[in-house]
Amino acid sequence: MDLDKFKVHGEPLIYGAMVSIALATIGIIVGLTYFKKWRYLWREWLTTVDHKKIGVMYILAALLMLFRGGVDAMMMRLQTAAPEMKFLDAQHYNEVFTTHGLIMILFMAMPFIIGLMNVIIPLQIGARDVAFPRLNAVSFWLFFFGAMLLNISFVIGGSPDAGWSAYFPLASIEFSPTVGNNYYSLALQISGIGTLITGVNFIVTILKMRAPGMTLMKMPMFTWSVLITNIIIVFAFPVLTVALALMMFDRLFGSQFFTMANGGMDMLWANLFWVWGHPEVYIVILPAFGIYSEIIATFSKKNLYGYTSMVFSMLIISLLSFLVWAHHFYTMGQGAMVNSFFSITTMAIAVPTGVKIFNWLFTLRKGRISFTTPMLYTLAFIPIFTIGGVTGVMLAMASADYQYHNTMFLVAHFHYVLIPGAVFAVIAGFYYWFPKVFGFRLNERLGKHSFWWIVISFNVTFFPLFFLGLMGMTRRMYTYSEETGFGPLNMLSFVGAVGLAIGFVLLVYNIYWSTRYMPRDETNDPWDGRTLEWATHSPMPVYNFAIVPKVKTRDALWSAKHENIPLYDDKTITKIHMPSNTGKPFILGVIFFFLGFFLVFSMWIPAIVSGIGVIIMLAFMSFDQDSGYYISVDEVKATEKKLMRGETV
Amino acid sequence: MKKKGPLYALFLSLILLLPGCSSLTVLNPKGPSARTLSDTIILSIIVMLGVLAVVYILYVFVLVKYRAKKSNEGYIPEHEEGNKVLEAIWIIIPIIIVAFLSVVTVKTTTKVENVAAEYNDQKPLVIYASSSNWKWHFSYPEEGIETVNYVNLPVHRAVEFRMYSFGTITSLWIPQLAGQKYAMSDMLTTLHLSADTEGSYIGKNANFSGKGFAHMEFEALVLSSQKYDEWVKEVKETAPKLTEDEFKGLLAAEHLGRKTYSSTHLEFSPPPGEHSEHMSGGGKEMDMDNGSQEHQDNKEIHPSPEPSSGTEFDSKPDPEVDEPLPSSPVDESTHEGH
Repeated sequence: MDLDKFKVHGEPLIYGAMVSIALATIGIIVGLTYFKKWRYLWREWLTTVDHKKIGVMYILAALLMLFRGGVDAMMMRLQTAAPEMKFLDAQHYNEVFTTHGLIMILFMAMPFIIGLMNVIIPLQIGARDVAFPRLNAVSFWLFFFGAMLLNISFVIGGSPDAGWSAYFPLASIEFSPTVGNNYYSLALQISGIGTLITGVNFIVTILKMRAPGMTLMKMPMFTWSVLITNIIIVFAFPVLTVALALMMFDRLFGSQFFTMANGGMDMLWANLFWVWGHPEVYIVILPAFGIYSEIIATFSKKNLYGYTSMVFSMLIISLLSFLVWAHHFYTMGQGAMVNSFFSITTMAIAVPTGVKIFNWLFTLRKGRISFTTPMLYTLAFIPIFTIGGVTGVMLAMASADYQYHNTMFLVAHFHYVLIPGAVFAVIAGFYYWFPKVFGFRLNERLGKHSFWWIVISFNVTFFPLFFLGLMGMTRRMYTYSEETGFGPLNMLSFVGAVGLAIGFVLLVYNIYWSTRYMPRDETNDPWDGRTLEWATHSPMPVYNFAIVPKVKTRDALWSAKHENIPLYDDKTITKIHMPSNTGKPFILGVIFFFLGFFLVFSMWIPAIVSGIGVIIMLAFMSFDQDSGYYISVDEVKATEKKLMRGETV
Repeated sequence: MKKKGPLYALFLSLILLLPGCSSLTVLNPKGPSARTLSDTIILSIIVMLGVLAVVYILYVFVLVKYRAKKSNEGYIPEHEEGNKVLEAIWIIIPIIIVAFLSVVTVKTTTKVENVAAEYNDQKPLVIYASSSNWKWHFSYPEEGIETVNYVNLPVHRAVEFRMYSFGTITSLWIPQLAGQKYAMSDMLTTLHLSADTEGSYIGKNANFSGKGFAHMEFEALVLSSQKYDEWVKEVKETAPKLTEDEFKGLLAAEHLGRKTYSSTHLEFSPPPGEHSEHMSGGGKEMDMDNGSQEHQDNKEIHPSPEPSSGTEFDSKPDPEVDEPLPSSPVDESTHEGH
């Protein structure tokens, strides 16, 4: 055993990080012991199968990762703020931008969305839980430990350094000899399996567990977007699974799938990666469209304009998302014919997206628009995302892309798509649904302050990058010389990044402040909502609905409130079947973590032992006899009474 | 809306910057290929500004008119299903815009994938550009010379770069002369360009390739044909020959300054096979034999491989590079096809 490969050498920043991680860990352990919270943590959170708690844990993890990825981003912007900066060296910079991409896409945007999905979807379709609650816990813990595996990489052994797209042969053992890309293949594999399970779980949940009367075309738009997203997950993620497995074989067992010699094909990796990677973009953006649709309808007090065309545009986008992957490498020399095909399919996505933009604008038209914090993010999304969209069309033109490819122009474009398209959406959804989960709102004043910081700074950070791209600055350059003239705009971008950081810190401060000081006497429906999640209590009881509502219109709750179409035909409460908690998914996650860790360092004997552990655990879980428990009628009635706050069911 | 202030300022600056875009390298082309791309980009920016204008006007209009205020308190908007005619309009108009841009894309992509119309009658000057670690090797098989980390080109002359890599994927990019294209280990890609103006242009690797990536730049110097010929002559007379050992040393080095040789590495280390033989037609097929056996093995079956290629050994060089004499009539005839 060579202990030396665990060490990351010579970086004061990393030593600092090590110390702070150690201190934080000690702090958490001491804190939990001092306040005697170990038992609470285990019983209420680590073993939970409740979709709401799993959702909350997803969102907490995502917020944590937002800051991890954000610190990476700040380091990058600082390093490139001026010519010839000496803050990071090339290797460290490469690791930073690689993990920034990985973390923001896979461990921030996606889990945040899956978290909102977990909390809201069962409520929105009037269900008591997801279809497979224990599998849901497995999904979460696999995601969580996958994320942790990637996160320890920068203190133990070194982070992946070949870009988040990890092109071969650069990512091969020959050109990236550190264990970084071993972490890449294993951490993504473990969390990717979790995501795939989520996909199956939510498709079944949405298709099989809707409240009586809720036909597919009566589903809320967020539910629609999540259904389509999960279908994309189920089709796209197996490709990633295979690609990562081949990568692992190449790096750990000396196979030659993507190498230069012995018949390997480097572009095979690029194809597999983007066959998954492009749909992945829509996995994070379609649910955002769903969130915005809900928020726009709620805060303009109107039903969504063009519901049917909204659904069909999402279906078309999902289909097209699988037909455009080669636009990520127009410059690979596949010729004018192939490039033209992918150009046209890529530009075609602008049509259904445009339909959505105009439908949103027409939902606002003749409405009564109130500017709450979630609505502000939604309204900021429209003009900013449109810039992202039109620059996307510009990039889609294969010939022009020969000039934009791999430049800061591309970086600007995808930040203009992903930040309003995913980050604003999850923040908007967070503000919007927060009172549902916790029973109180976040402070609006702080929310708006944070909003303006984020939205203005976002433009200051990323708009200059369009120009840098046209000036010929390629992405992933850790430094540049004075003569290039890239300096001033990069400095402007850094200033914007500082503003963004302030905005996000304010966001977290708002959570802290509101938890302490915001009034708890909210109604169950603080925004005058339209869909079923607002029909139950805030915070909701473990069983969600005491009586399952009956749906007759698209905006069922709105109809109940304003059109006298009752939600319940029959108000008899019956006993409710619930799944019991289990610690097995957590333990499975831990074993997977060790399996991944040992494989990263090619420690075969412990890896084999952990592998056997995984198999035993899976077998043990499949013979589980626990079929849940019932909540008695009396208990339901007692809970309802306690939550009532003077309202009636 | 308050937040639109900075946005407008940025847009205004975009519009002001466009005409005087000398600092925007990409929009300051010095050759037909880059000019095609620059025109395409400017056209697409204008079309897209039109789209943005429509969205922004509508956006500002609805936000101003329908915001909640004292005067419309208690107003409950009506239920509105949608409107088939309106929805049809915002499906059809984008389709027309996309169709228009598609036509432009197909035309310009085809254009830049081939020799520029202005130089169609010329036999392009072939330069092999290969990358290793963080440097570029430029081999001129016709002249029988090779340079490292700089490339000299004659003005008003069609040039055909054939790119490949001895390591990771790189991307050759001289923004003022042409768009970029990947250089990969297992196939040969082609980039056509030509320069209208003499001068020194920055060239670089645009695709991330590891630690030394940021410093992987080179100079593309465009000379008058007379000066170019003089330079070639001088190199052939004064520069040393590139031996196999010397070349191995070059490959192993991480960074290097400029180097010049009076023979090419193509003779002992042939490039991989051609990939895009179907794209520009006309005699490209023969280049497939350029590849060594090792490279050929991992390619899909090519439509018309030379009968001999299957039986040749790795070390058997390609006839074209076997006799790298620029003025040789044999050499001329192998190029006639282009």
